[in-house]
Amino acid sequence: MSENNAAVRLKGISKTFGHVAANSNVDLEIRHGEILSLLGENGSGKTTLMNMLAGIYYPDEGEIFIDGRPVQIRSPKDAFDNGIGMVHQHFKLIDVFTAAENIILGEEHTGMRINRKETVAKIREICDKYGFEIDFEKKVYDMNVSQKQTLEIVKILYRGANILILDEPTAVLTPQEAEKLFKVIKNMRDAGKAIVIITHKLQEVLSVSDRVAILRKGECVDSIATKDANEKILTEMMMGRKVDLNIERPDPVNPVKRLEIKNLSVRDREGNLALKDVSFVANGGEILGIAGISGCGQKELLEAVAGLAAVESGSIEYLPSGADAPTELVGRNPKQIRELGVVLSFVPEDRLGMGLVGSMGMSENMMLKSYENGNSIFLEQKAPRELAGNIKEELEVQTPDIATPVRKLSGGNVQKVLVGREIAAAPQVLMTAYAVRGLDINTSFTIYHLINEQKQKGVAVIFVGEDLDVLLALSDRILVMCEGRITGLLDARTCTKEQVGLLMTGGMEGGEQNGTN
Amino acid sequence: MGIIWNADSMLGWIVMAVNFGSVILYGAMGEILTEKAGHLNLGVPGIMLCGGISGFASTFLYEQSTENPSKFVMLLLGLVSSVVAATLAGLIYAFLTITLKANQNVTGITLTTFGAGLAKHFGSVISAKSGSTAIRSAVADDVFNAKIPFLSTDLGVVGKLLFNYGFLVYLAVILAVLLQLFFYRTHQGLNLRAIGENPGTADAMGINVTRYKYSAILAGSAISGIGGFLYLVINNVQWSTALDIEGMGWLAVALVIFATWKPVNAIWGGYLFGFLSKAGAYAPTFITGITISQNIWSMTPYIVTIVVLIAVSFRMKKESRPPAALGTAYFREDR
Amino acid sequence: MAQTKTAKEPFVHVIRKEDTPMLKKWLIRIFAVVAALIVTGVLVFAVTGINPFKIYSSMITGSFGTPRRIRNTIKLMTPLLCLGIGLAPAFKMKFWNIGAQGQMLVGALAASFVALTFRHLPGGLLIPLMGLAGLLAGAIWGVIPAIFRAFWNTNETLFTLMMNYIATFAVMYSVDKWKGESSGFASFKQIAKNAVMPAVLNENFYICTAIVLLLVCLMYIYMKRTKHGYEIAVVGESEKTAVYAGINVKAVMIRTILLSGAVCGLCGFLTVSGIDFTLSSTMNNGFGFTAIVVAWLAKFNPFTMIGTSFMMVFFQNAASEISSMNANATEYLSYVISGIILFFLIGSEFFINYRLVFRKNHEKEGK
Repeated sequence: MSENNAAVRLKGISKTFGHVAANSNVDLEIRHGEILSLLGENGSGKTTLMNMLAGIYYPDEGEIFIDGRPVQIRSPKDAFDNGIGMVHQHFKLIDVFTAAENIILGEEHTGMRINRKETVAKIREICDKYGFEIDFEKKVYDMNVSQKQTLEIVKILYRGANILILDEPTAVLTPQEAEKLFKVIKNMRDAGKAIVIITHKLQEVLSVSDRVAILRKGECVDSIATKDANEKILTEMMMGRKVDLNIERPDPVNPVKRLEIKNLSVRDREGNLALKDVSFVANGGEILGIAGISGCGQKELLEAVAGLAAVESGSIEYLPSGADAPTELVGRNPKQIRELGVVLSFVPEDRLGMGLVGSMGMSENMMLKSYENGNSIFLEQKAPRELAGNIKEELEVQTPDIATPVRKLSGGNVQKVLVGREIAAAPQVLMTAYAVRGLDINTSFTIYHLINEQKQKGVAVIFVGEDLDVLLALSDRILVMCEGRITGLLDARTCTKEQVGLLMTGGMEGGEQNGTN
Repeated sequence: MGIIWNADSMLGWIVMAVNFGSVILYGAMGEILTEKAGHLNLGVPGIMLCGGISGFASTFLYEQSTENPSKFVMLLLGLVSSVVAATLAGLIYAFLTITLKANQNVTGITLTTFGAGLAKHFGSVISAKSGSTAIRSAVADDVFNAKIPFLSTDLGVVGKLLFNYGFLVYLAVILAVLLQLFFYRTHQGLNLRAIGENPGTADAMGINVTRYKYSAILAGSAISGIGGFLYLVINNVQWSTALDIEGMGWLAVALVIFATWKPVNAIWGGYLFGFLSKAGAYAPTFITGITISQNIWSMTPYIVTIVVLIAVSFRMKKESRPPAALGTAYFREDR
Repeated sequence: MAQTKTAKEPFVHVIRKEDTPMLKKWLIRIFAVVAALIVTGVLVFAVTGINPFKIYSSMITGSFGTPRRIRNTIKLMTPLLCLGIGLAPAFKMKFWNIGAQGQMLVGALAASFVALTFRHLPGGLLIPLMGLAGLLAGAIWGVIPAIFRAFWNTNETLFTLMMNYIATFAVMYSVDKWKGESSGFASFKQIAKNAVMPAVLNENFYICTAIVLLLVCLMYIYMKRTKHGYEIAVVGESEKTAVYAGINVKAVMIRTILLSGAVCGLCGFLTVSGIDFTLSSTMNNGFGFTAIVVAWLAKFNPFTMIGTSFMMVFFQNAASEISSMNANATEYLSYVISGIILFFLIGSEFFINYRLVFRKNHEKEGK
């Protein structure tokens, strides 16, 4: 393509956080009328790079050219002035404002007074042009994720963005919503806008983009036209080497019923029914994968089992080994469950906000669930310290000291500390939520390996995942959820990705797939 | 125990309530503006004292220094100096909490201590120099307490009830309405509220968070400062009463909650607070057979504020809650 | 193409930093105090005309000049430190209890009530009874906002703030009522001798100081070494994590604020029984607020609070010393001086937590 088609040119961009280089010497070109996929492993610096275009971060070194002229982007306002708009992965919306108020936020205007009529007309024009549907007077707290995302995109278009950056836009969408989004994105491309999609999903890259730029360890490796790419090529470019992405899957070790969930219904914090009449069995010695679009009840399911969510109705029975009678877990908090002698390990999605205490060291984090051991009012500190030392050594946790606050560790090491602690408790049930989210491939494989080890020890593993390839490769059985219901239970060894994908939306398509269980 | 009606006394009580209520209202309007930007400024009492002493000192010293003090200069001097002093005090708070991202509670409390110390120091120095504690500025009293001619005297009860105040009292109401319009009808108001709710979002939308915060806090401090000066005005510009400004400042902080962060609510809320805090002097004429101490009456504004605070947290309505980011420092690169 | 305004690289850029070495932290703080002293010196000189060096030397003499002044320093520190200790667990839990003032006042009120009601009981019985009343009253005063915070998430900063004023007026009311016809509340030394803390080495407050020092040690151990302390730390960091760990957040919150309020209430008792011997709404000079600063500057470490509370008293003494020097200096200067020092210390935290990066002076050839 010709030079004058370049909307943005990044030259030698570097950014360092503390001692970690997030981006080093990146060159990249974004063109008008083109959808560029920014592909890279987690932690490869995709979001950081784009945040520098959006004015959230300021580069340590390097130059940015917009339409050929050098610019300094010091703030989001500078970014808007240069026609750059970014939809962040975590939506940036004001909850108590209406859609219209969110859209006109920060707008440059001549008068002080808000001219509602004129504003609405202008928004409507944009919506009609690209095919968006939004209710202008709806408050953000009443919206679902898809509506929020639409609002985000309209917001930056309203501000006159010609260069749109979307960070992991499909992470929270159903496949249908994603399709709809892609259609709109293509409309915008055809209208001459330059579009960047940050993603790590190969499938998405191949289906929607015109060109792919690959980032690896903060550096831009290459960029190629999508038509010349396939999954294999892209993976190799992402990883920098040929990788064997096969996840080991040992056979189940004499599966026994361990956890039986019957007609479970749970409300979320806002009081909506997040889990509706769910029933299934988890066996010891096997991995039960749970598939579904994020936010359709997986979190509530795991939290209910762990004793963290208030159960509306139904039962969760723990069946101990031997002929002992089952134990009901509903109505018990984590402490009471522990006191029953049931060891439930839970690796939650929010590692530093829920699973660990960020300001404490490894050693103090080890005692999070066991600090009450012993009869004295004082803390027992020797055992946790030893445990921390062991985990640091065995899982090769990179930390200066076991007293260093875990917040300062990298994402992968944080997860090693958390998983290490949960496994060290010698659980009978191990639940993990998005255990490899944000981790590089090597750490991900360490985690898979640890989970498989537990399975072989006879632990009942429940693995909530988002990447269907991983779910299919790691699990023994896959439970598919949609909108708080179970839409299917499949044998992971024989089913296909398409089957799972279909069931993930099953609850919405008239319910033919309902009740497969 | 019985209740008897006394129209004259009630009229006096209401006039008093409106006067004192306006002081609280100024303080609260300043604080609302500040809190809408996400900053809880517990330095308001100190800021009001700074405004009060500065307005007083300038008018008093001017009156002492010239034979024929000009009323216009007096007007300007009183207002400008109280606004300037209060703004400077607010600047300390703003710099520490915005630029240096300091803890807002600690900074605010320190500012109150500092401002109160400063005001009391200069107040007693001036008193000592004049050899009397009952110093006052008579001309300023005339200027700021000038009543509307005819309307305040010739309309009977209505006139006494509605037109019997200095102009600052009316200005407070106008300002409250303007502030309300500003928050809910203008782009800048929308942007400011967004900052108080979620500065990260506001920033990503290209709003200059730092500039807005500084503007809101400085303007808020200026408004609060007028309240400090008004307190002296309604007490005939006598310094000896000024130490009570601190209490008015805390009532202003309470009024913000009572008004659920809406300036228009603060108008009647302020009058109610004024009414309650003057009850000790007036209630005995209405209630017989039982004496309720002034101290008990003085508690009531705080008690009703607590009731409102609890009611707001019970009610799920998100719009009446404190600004979501109240009390937290903002740093763009925090992830 | 329209040339937009030439935006320059920002002159200064702020970066968060995590690992500031201990030595550097203290150097920054010492630098802040020195800078504050210079500003104070210049300001006080400007206002009063007193030679700055005389001001500095009077700071030392104000707190240490005579044995009596040293005793007085300790006497002032005692209630301030006690309140700081009371606030420590609450702040550690990120419960912004700014109601220490009120909790102290109701503690004093309850202790005084007991003293007046049972004034004929022997001291060995009456004083512990007063202490108990103070503890209970402070605990109750603190726990009311805590209950609402725990169950309905009511903003505790604003709630505890309001509770201070209710307590102030309650004390004013009681003083009014109990003083009878006299002009002020009489000293316990006259009206309830048995309620006065026995003197050790001629000073009644030494026992109070000993109690507070004991509390410092106990609170340190409680927060650092006990299971309760661990729970407080976890709840303070993240309530979600606490729930995950099986901690009953509501119970921990209520329990901790009961303790926090009780210690503040105890301070009220210590003040009426061993320091002031009388009840007054202005007792301890608004130390309930100063203690917030004491606790915060000490990063909630009880032992460090000995230092920070000393510092506050030190500047207060200095100012009263200065105030007697000439007619332009008043007792109120102490608030101004400690305010300035605190502003500098509060501001200095920024340089501990953030780093400034200035624009590099490299040439940029525009194209």
